[in-house]
Amino acid sequence: MQIKVRLFATLREGRGKEQMMDFADIATPQAIFDRLDIPSADVAILLINGFDGKFDQPLKDGDTVSIFPPVGGG
Amino acid sequence: MHGYRGKIIRINLTDLSYKLEDLNHDEAMKFIGGRGFGSKIMFDEVDPNIDPFDPANKIIIATGPMTGTPTPAGGRYMVVTKSPLTGTIASSNSGGYWGAEMKFAGYDAMILEGKAAKPTSIFIEDDKIEFRDASGLWGKTTIETTNEVMKEAPAKAKVLCIGPAGENLSKIAAVMNDLNRAAGRSGVGAVVGSKNLKAIVIKGSTKPSVADPDALKEVVKRGRSQIKDNGVTGAGLPTYGTNVLVNIINEAGVFPTNNFQETYFDKAEEVSGEAMAEKFLIKRESCFACPIACGRYTKADDIETGGPEYESVWAFSAACGVSDMKAAIKANFWANEMGMDTISAGVTVSTAMELYEKGFIKDDELDGLGLKFGDGDSMVEWIKKLGRRDGQLASKMAEGSYRLAESYGHPELSMSVKKQELPAYDPRGIQGQGLQYATSNRGGCHVRGYMISPEILGLPEKLDRTELKGKPEWVKIFQDLTAFIDSCGMCLFTSFALTADDYADMFTAVTGKKHTAADILEAGDRIWNLERIWNLKAGIDPSQDKLPKRLLEEAIPSGPSKGQRSGLAELLPLYYKERGWDEKGIPTADKLKALGVPA
Repeated sequence: MQIKVRLFATLREGRGKEQMMDFADIATPQAIFDRLDIPSADVAILLINGFDGKFDQPLKDGDTVSIFPPVGGG
Repeated sequence: MHGYRGKIIRINLTDLSYKLEDLNHDEAMKFIGGRGFGSKIMFDEVDPNIDPFDPANKIIIATGPMTGTPTPAGGRYMVVTKSPLTGTIASSNSGGYWGAEMKFAGYDAMILEGKAAKPTSIFIEDDKIEFRDASGLWGKTTIETTNEVMKEAPAKAKVLCIGPAGENLSKIAAVMNDLNRAAGRSGVGAVVGSKNLKAIVIKGSTKPSVADPDALKEVVKRGRSQIKDNGVTGAGLPTYGTNVLVNIINEAGVFPTNNFQETYFDKAEEVSGEAMAEKFLIKRESCFACPIACGRYTKADDIETGGPEYESVWAFSAACGVSDMKAAIKANFWANEMGMDTISAGVTVSTAMELYEKGFIKDDELDGLGLKFGDGDSMVEWIKKLGRRDGQLASKMAEGSYRLAESYGHPELSMSVKKQELPAYDPRGIQGQGLQYATSNRGGCHVRGYMISPEILGLPEKLDRTELKGKPEWVKIFQDLTAFIDSCGMCLFTSFALTADDYADMFTAVTGKKHTAADILEAGDRIWNLERIWNLKAGIDPSQDKLPKRLLEEAIPSGPSKGQRSGLAELLPLYYKERGWDEKGIPTADKLKALGVPA
């Protein structure tokens, strides 16, 4: 299955903004973090197709995963 | 009393006189300072039904007990008056250095009354107060004004002023200070303009005392450490500024685009905080005693300027369908120069763009400019014209989006609450934020209870943004805590890292009056109810606790939050109950008595 992975703010450093990732069977956000060498503690906001996701949530083919470090504003 | 200076200066602009009054300590304890104290003075002294431009309307500029102390980001002041935009009580907050300087000059609050016969500036250096003719400054932009008055001011004096928008009584005019900080919302700058007041230059030489310097040192050290260790205040905001929100809010599909017709902007990346840091940022800026330094200083072609912040970038990009960051920076610069609220200015232009798109505004009204969504160059020109009321359409825009849309028979196209333009989050996909918009005492506003923090950012804990359950309780706590923070003189952004207990400890160390978290939340509740009562007396009835028709009746049409609808109808009765109000949204006599709020 293919997952679109979008990174933001400091997580882009050395990893780029966006990539498509192939997974043979089960994919989770945690598996994405592992592949990209992103410590779980650095992930403050995780969106799956725009809504809050869990690190161990099974992903579906075509999902978009957006990953943010701690950021804010207003 | 420690923290406070014990003096209020009452300035009569009609006869250019002033007198000093003692601070009422009991009132200060009940209403804290800043927003709360200013609102109480308005309650006591100004008829809520007055025309905002009547000389009998007053402007209260108030600091809080923390303003000018070492508390983190403790440099804020409030401008409180009756809003010409909303008809509600207006209290508009600003940072920079002006507020702390007013405290150093020896004043907790300044009450501006009457109307000067001609353009006037006030120069204050400690107990020396002078009125000077400002006729030569009338028409000048905020930077020109600041530079001019500094030629005759003491070194390192701080300047507060209005621009042409305030002079021209634009209902979205701001009060500016320290060049690019703004008490931006609710048209407070127009009330200053209505009094023929152009600038207040201030210089002080003494600091407020604190009750327990050792305890304060400890709690400030602890607070600064929490701010440094917090991912948002210690890393996110310093590195990217507030504009890092562009991508977050857009990814969630709640980034209002083309006047809230869409909620996902496919060109958001071009105006993001990441793009700003990479291509446009010159340096960071901070306010008085602030360890966060979220302020940006940017460059676009030949313009270098403070900002833009997230809300301003959004108002001058996605709201108007514009993907050109240079245009957003230039529009922000000109809004500051004209002395206008960037949120209301951008949303008013986006409203005009929709009116044009739908055929209500005709080509022959455009003075040769464009008015299509996405036309950044024209957007910048409209901002300049709006501030000067240059032309018929620009003059209509200077009245704000509601009156503009109403003049074409379509007020429903104004994305506003109580006639104040909504900021950069679509409430249909963020239920708590929607309730907060609808119930804000100054109309459409994000910083009366920033529910984005729990509903999007996960601070202090993550809430499901689509869920209704529990939101009235959260909104009330956020509104009450914010009312306290706005009144004490600290910056709301510290609340990403500090808790109610931290504020209570700082307040106790500064004033010497023991306060707990429950006490400061009660003070916030008291201030909230006072504002509500004032608004009710002003004829702002609970039927105005609503959202624009589009956001109430239509689902989000596309993007990640497609199908999300407002749950306001369900939330509002629960919120009234949570507040201890009756089912119609009126504070009960018992509630007011318990809080010590006059009916």
